[in-house]
Amino acid sequence: MHGLVNRALQGFLTDTYGKDTWEEVRSQAALPFDGFESMLHYDDRLTEQTVSAAAAVLHKDAISLLEDIGTYLVTHPNLEPLRRLLRFGGDTFYDFLQSLDDLAGRASLAVPDLVLPDLHICHLHRNSFVLEVKWPVPGISAVFLGALRALADDYGALAILEFDGAGGGIERIRIELLDTAHASGRHFSLGATAT
Amino acid sequence: MRKPPDFALEGGALDALMPMHLWFGADERVIRVGPTLAKIAGEEQLVGQRLFDIIDLRRPQAAQTVEGVLALAGMRLRLALFRRADLPFRGVVVPMPGGQGGFINLSLGVSFAQAVADCDLTLNDFSPCDQTVDLLYLAEANAVIAQESRNLTARLQRARESAEEQALTDALTGLHNRRAMDATLRQLAGDPVARFGLMHLDLDFFKEVNDTLGHAAGDHVLTHVADILRAEIRTGDIVARVGGDEFVLLFRDCDDAELLQSIADRLIRRLEEPTLFDGQQCRISASAGSVLASRYEVPDPDRMLNDADIALYTSKHRGRAQHTYFDDELLAPVTGTVRPN
Repeated sequence: MHGLVNRALQGFLTDTYGKDTWEEVRSQAALPFDGFESMLHYDDRLTEQTVSAAAAVLHKDAISLLEDIGTYLVTHPNLEPLRRLLRFGGDTFYDFLQSLDDLAGRASLAVPDLVLPDLHICHLHRNSFVLEVKWPVPGISAVFLGALRALADDYGALAILEFDGAGGGIERIRIELLDTAHASGRHFSLGATAT
Repeated sequence: MRKPPDFALEGGALDALMPMHLWFGADERVIRVGPTLAKIAGEEQLVGQRLFDIIDLRRPQAAQTVEGVLALAGMRLRLALFRRADLPFRGVVVPMPGGQGGFINLSLGVSFAQAVADCDLTLNDFSPCDQTVDLLYLAEANAVIAQESRNLTARLQRARESAEEQALTDALTGLHNRRAMDATLRQLAGDPVARFGLMHLDLDFFKEVNDTLGHAAGDHVLTHVADILRAEIRTGDIVARVGGDEFVLLFRDCDDAELLQSIADRLIRRLEEPTLFDGQQCRISASAGSVLASRYEVPDPDRMLNDADIALYTSKHRGRAQHTYFDDELLAPVTGTVRPN
């Protein structure tokens, strides 16, 4: 698993629960280093161990933990550059959903060795979508559920998102878009440079 | 095959396809501009103005007439609005049918990021076919990744510094460093029956080599000195480089001042043999001072270093290139510890 993914996981734990919690998770997961480096690659096993250790340390089930990670990725001030990159996907949440097919391709334009989950968005009818997520490590749809809910808020859209089953290595999320301009959302300007 | 019919696009279609277009008539007046170009022009109303009053055509060549501009049809144009000379565009011009002037389509040049920020352009200001937004995305992603790389480099730098702090060898000569010497000295001095010798050795004329032949020659001499010192000591003894051209030697199981004297004489003789660097002779010598642990009731490392230092500077004071064994007499004001230089 790419270091950026692992580093995000570590960032979630330190930014949300503090350094001590990270230390505890790190020791329970038996990671052979102080922290992940964003530009290195790690065995998938280490990522899975870190997630299970974090769930144990925080007394949470893995699914809620992964949802929280998704929310963190979009809402935490430390990850503002990531939120901005996501908002490049479209001017409205509707456009953004349509752009999800390109997400992995866009990411690998920026970081050629970064492999993100394979996404396929099916537009069922006017306001109804199903997102299919393909990823070797199970539970990934929970991260997307958390991130997409946060992004709907970010765009000011009103949407209902829920798990829609899994099978054949693919996990599904159902998205009902009720109102694309429900609230004003958070400001996004193409030109504001992330620093 | 039938010729496809001529067609006309209405304004809204032009805006969607080419939001940065500009149509000028045969009278040089601007007839129509796309919404994004209008946004970049800001308060200035472009429609109705003379083309040559608002557009600065830079390459391939300036033109001052409609015919002159149309002569550049199909070429890669570089141009800017006079009021936004800092935002160069790329463009292409084609003649309108029936002598109705010309049609220019523009896109943001390399200053696209600045244009987007200054004019507060949004996704909707670009045609879906325009890759400017992707360029912006890449530029931002690149900045994030570059920051990650800088963070990594900073962490590596800190790790390196802390590794260097903990290192026990001198990087240039491979000898022990002061840290390692201190640790060994403390350990030897801690022995209830401490029997060892300590010699402080300082090169003479090393500064001259460095100053006349350069730092590379200086480094060469230091490496050469290290080889000699290593070769002349017994296994288990310690040689450490504790300063630029200062060395400390620790001799285990040694309780013989005359032995120290003869070792020092041999070392100085060998160090005085000139070495060649880049065809140039490098000549140095050394002064030394030493002390035995057995002369103290309880040997104190700092005191031993200090006494050896006094003996060393006595050697310097007596004319260099010699060894002095420490004696309490050296502390008397007559011989003193006056240091040369």
